[in-house]
Amino acid sequence: MSEQATADKEKLLAELLASINQHSFAPDVAHVEIHGNQVLNKNLVEGLLVESETIEDGVKVHIRVRKGVTLKNPVNFCFGLIPDNGIQRIIIDTVIEEGAHAKFIANCTFPNAVNIQHLMNAVITVEKGASLSYFERHVHGPKGGVTIVPLTKVIAREDSRFSTEFELIKGAAGVIELDYEAEVEKNATVDMKTRIFGRSSDRIHIKEAAHLSGEGATGVLTSHIALKNTASANIENEIVADAPYARGHVDCKEIVQDEATARAIPIVQVNNHLAHVTHEAAIGSVDSKQLETLLSRGLNEDQATDLIIQGLLGSDPFS
Amino acid sequence: MNLLEIQNLSLFKEGRPILNNLSMDIWDGHVHAIIGPNGAGKSTLANTIMGLSGYRDFEGDILFEGESIKALSVDERARKGITLLFQEPARFEGLGVSQFILAGAKEKSRTVVEEALQKAGLSPEKYVKRAVDKTLSGGERKRIELASIYAMKPRLVLMDEPDSGVDIDSIKYIFAVIKEMRHMGSTVILITHSPEVLKHADHAFLICAGTLVDKGEMSRMFDYFNGKCVPCVHVGQPSPNTLLSGSSAPAVAVS
Repeated sequence: MSEQATADKEKLLAELLASINQHSFAPDVAHVEIHGNQVLNKNLVEGLLVESETIEDGVKVHIRVRKGVTLKNPVNFCFGLIPDNGIQRIIIDTVIEEGAHAKFIANCTFPNAVNIQHLMNAVITVEKGASLSYFERHVHGPKGGVTIVPLTKVIAREDSRFSTEFELIKGAAGVIELDYEAEVEKNATVDMKTRIFGRSSDRIHIKEAAHLSGEGATGVLTSHIALKNTASANIENEIVADAPYARGHVDCKEIVQDEATARAIPIVQVNNHLAHVTHEAAIGSVDSKQLETLLSRGLNEDQATDLIIQGLLGSDPFS
Repeated sequence: MNLLEIQNLSLFKEGRPILNNLSMDIWDGHVHAIIGPNGAGKSTLANTIMGLSGYRDFEGDILFEGESIKALSVDERARKGITLLFQEPARFEGLGVSQFILAGAKEKSRTVVEEALQKAGLSPEKYVKRAVDKTLSGGERKRIELASIYAMKPRLVLMDEPDSGVDIDSIKYIFAVIKEMRHMGSTVILITHSPEVLKHADHAFLICAGTLVDKGEMSRMFDYFNGKCVPCVHVGQPSPNTLLSGSSAPAVAVS
């Protein structure tokens, strides 16, 4: 690689990390940075395998956490595009081998987006007795020119645990077509959460499904969405319980302001009389009791609404 | 000196009088109690003083520090120093205990949060990172709300049944906060059915069917809880002989 190419790569890496307020990592923290279809940087730790292959408009990534390994620190992934237009397609195959435990943090950053497509196609297998926590944070620019299409298929084997959290709070969401599907085997647990703040003319479509196929499997699907201006959201969360002692819960809360619109369709299906699935859905303006409590502390209506939304969308990953 | 003056206050809901020509003087720096049977209008009065939605359209006037607050919104009243401890505290999905306590506090610091939690008998280590949501019991949320009011250091706090939902071992912390608030110069109005809570007031108003029927020192008001009083049957229209008629007047309808 020429000196110029190396310098360009380093500049791109610095810009990418700066956009997520991350400037360096400790040596024992695994991290991978991918810009467009180029892996800019990679640091791995023992027990973690990450292989990549460049394709025309993106990268194929194979991730494995070796059997019995517990990764001490979360693995940090950064995906993104610095230019204002383009396509980034990420095809990921992740396997957390038997008895292994890992936490991943993925930052997806498009700070200058005007016309960008971020297409992710992931298959995640969490083998017997293993666990994976996957936190995905999106950082978008103010213009909203991003189309996000994450398609994820999760297989949670016996006694495994998988949790995922998708956060898009800063910047304009743009268009989101999120589709997560999980197969949950015996005594496995899947917890999928989305937290999104839609503004302007953002269009959000969330589809999460968990199939509780094994005895004692549990699944929780949570969507917390706040919408303002003319943003719209369509949430479809589905849990199907086929096995005895399977337990599931669907929680959908949406705060709608201005001219924004929201639609929630929780689907719960129980095919075994020993299984139990519940759901709760609430769509509307800010709860009047919450609002009046904060008004009676002296906050004005805008401040109180912001605080309530901040709570609804708040998160402390891996706390 | 009066901090709050309620002048000929009447409030109607669906044509029915809920508060009926009420007049009260709330002395500055004292702990007052408003007592009366269920449906007497106690909570309505508290909500009207706070200016909550649905309690804004009334006859008469409410003066705070000599000025009418009738036209002020809830938050404007709060910024003047009036606040309300709700009977049923709200749940806030995801909102941290610290954020909630500091929402109305003039000084925003960790010390303020810790001190307020300690006053309410809650361990900062255990609660500071939690959310004011359904993972807390009603009693815990009540005490966290009390902590938030303590942190606000209001001029006037209306406490609507401060002991409701609080377990017997924790009630002492509610009383400690009431005492502490009086000590720091706040005026407290307790809305209560409880003789135990009443003990912490200097002075009480007895209302029935939205009408003030008696007022006076606590020792005399204890009679209300000692069998002299039965729930008033004259909803919205207390009979003339139940109305306030001097210090020896019996409370409400006498059995």
